Amino acid sequence: MIEVLIAVLTALLILVGAGFALVAAIGLTRLPDVYTRMHAASKAGTVGSGLMLLAVALHAGDLSTLARALAGFFFFVLTAPISAHLLAMAAHKRGYPLHEKSVRDELNDYRN
Amino acid sequence: MTAAQMILSSALWLALVVLGLSFLLTVWRVIKGPTLPDRVVALDMLVGIVIGFIALIAIRTGFTLYIDIAISLGLVGFLATVAFARFILAQGRGDETVEEEVRPVVPAPPLAQKRKRASSRKPGAGPAVSGKAKK
Repeated sequence: MIEVLIAVLTALLILVGAGFALVAAIGLTRLPDVYTRMHAASKAGTVGSGLMLLAVALHAGDLSTLARALAGFFFFVLTAPISAHLLAMAAHKRGYPLHEKSVRDELNDYRN
Repeated sequence: MTAAQMILSSALWLALVVLGLSFLLTVWRVIKGPTLPDRVVALDMLVGIVIGFIALIAIRTGFTLYIDIAISLGLVGFLATVAFARFILAQGRGDETVEEEVRPVVPAPPLAQKRKRASSRKPGAGPAVSGKAKK
């Protein structure tokens, strides 16, 4: 019984993680400019791979595996915003344009 | 095959298909992406999807050692994205002149300029400073 419960939870984590990855990929394909694409990829993509790592930990049912999976999860969650911010700052400083429907550019207002 | 194994197996298949689909969409963005930052974002996303693949294979085969590979792949992907961001920051877009590139984005406030000039002034070099102050 407990085996089935763990299998169902693992399957749920896997499917939700894959769904997040798919949503991130669709956002990466459909959104109009580099900044909005970055917003889709860095948030949903990170959650997707992190949930699948947690599924590995739950499936193994082992403390050392759980510790390593949690370390990986927090590593991804901490580094994804850093790399996204660096990339956005670099693209903005180089003058890659926002989409024409963007309503405001506060970083540009701050600089001028 | 027990019920638990069947649930897990079918979920793994479905997740592998979904991840493959998202992988293909992201590769399309890498190929199509009009600008360099688009491609870098898509490559960063590819690293995340491959980490998901590695996790699925770890569940399928039962080797939890794959988690270490996923962590090191994440580290490499983070460092690659940081290096690409520095590269984008260092290069021009190609359609702007060198003078525009060299120009600092944030104009230094006048107070900081004055202080810099004062600190670079030597006690005996009066005329040279007055000549520079014209700038």
